[in-house]
Amino acid sequence: MVEFTLPKNSVIQKGKHFPAEAGATRTKQVEVYRWNPDSGKNPRIDIYHIDLDQCGPMVLDLIVKIKDEIDSSLTFRRSCREGVCGSCAMNVNGKNTLACIKGIDEYKGTIKIFPLPHMDVIKDLVADMTHFYAQYASIQPWIESQTPAPADTERLQSPEERKQLDGLYECVLCACCSTSCPSYWWNSDRYLGPAVLLQAYRWLNDSRDEHTGERLDELEDPFKLFRCHTIMNCTDTCPKGLNPAKAIAEIKKMLLVRQEG
Amino acid sequence: MKYQTPLAKARGLGSAKTGTHHWWMQRVTAVALIPLSFWLILFIQQLFNVSYTEIKQWLSSPFNLTLLLSWSFVSFYHAAIGLQVVIEDYLSPEWLKITLVWLVKLAFFGGAITALVFAIRIAVLAG
Repeated sequence: MVEFTLPKNSVIQKGKHFPAEAGATRTKQVEVYRWNPDSGKNPRIDIYHIDLDQCGPMVLDLIVKIKDEIDSSLTFRRSCREGVCGSCAMNVNGKNTLACIKGIDEYKGTIKIFPLPHMDVIKDLVADMTHFYAQYASIQPWIESQTPAPADTERLQSPEERKQLDGLYECVLCACCSTSCPSYWWNSDRYLGPAVLLQAYRWLNDSRDEHTGERLDELEDPFKLFRCHTIMNCTDTCPKGLNPAKAIAEIKKMLLVRQEG
Repeated sequence: MKYQTPLAKARGLGSAKTGTHHWWMQRVTAVALIPLSFWLILFIQQLFNVSYTEIKQWLSSPFNLTLLLSWSFVSFYHAAIGLQVVIEDYLSPEWLKITLVWLVKLAFFGGAITALVFAIRIAVLAG
């Protein structure tokens, strides 16, 4: 449900300030959301001044440098550092992105780093992804078929059939899109959100899958699917350049054709 | 303490097996309202420029009466199903959601019936 004010214990306060090292000539001001559940205190914004001549080129390099050299308590997820694992999804200057594939030089002035919006925070930049992953599991993201697999080959696809999965299989489930979607903010208990719906379409569109009807039955719901109002934040924010809004529109078209066609 | 699994929570009560019709009717009525609203502009423009008797005469022609009722029914229907989406989007308590959606539908149904009654009145009085 829409909430216009923050609960008292989540109002963000001023935090610590870490000036640049002496002799640094090219510095960048970085503001980072910090919250430790064990402290019993409100969240705060810590300000760091980072020497860019002593730092890698990406936003992830900034926070790795902070953790390594300034404040080891800073908590975040990261793994592949090349945009294929989806771990380092966070909100940078108001837009969700993967910190590892976003260059520091893409931002003018201060860089403000927050956890993914409207998610429960576990600590600092780490959001609780439990429900998001459960929603992904709920669409049965695996092949469902009655025809047994051929005994001596894999299930074949023509190059054209394989092509239908382009723009869908590349999704790394970082949740940038879902957590940028107002419909997902207000109704994520029931609305599946763009990331999961893009994956649902990936299986609806797979020539080897035989459960298209059952998959559509599951999505035929005012909340699971039709909370999407084509706001397009998902497509705008996707760090992999995918188009979840189009995938959702395609699902709606499939349902329409099934019903009215 | 709740031991319900995340998957059970995510699957919830399952699919309502409805939604496409509602979504499609929103689009259909929106498109229908484009030409109908051009007629409405013409109607409103007349309201400012001609006398009461003349406008009654103009409205009571089968063509204009049909368009008046079409505009009323389509816009009431469009507004009702549109407001339903707004309520579902922004309100969580199920009792409040169900009650408000029901009230909105009742109100717009009442509006449509009233429009019909007054259209008949115009037609009868003018004839």
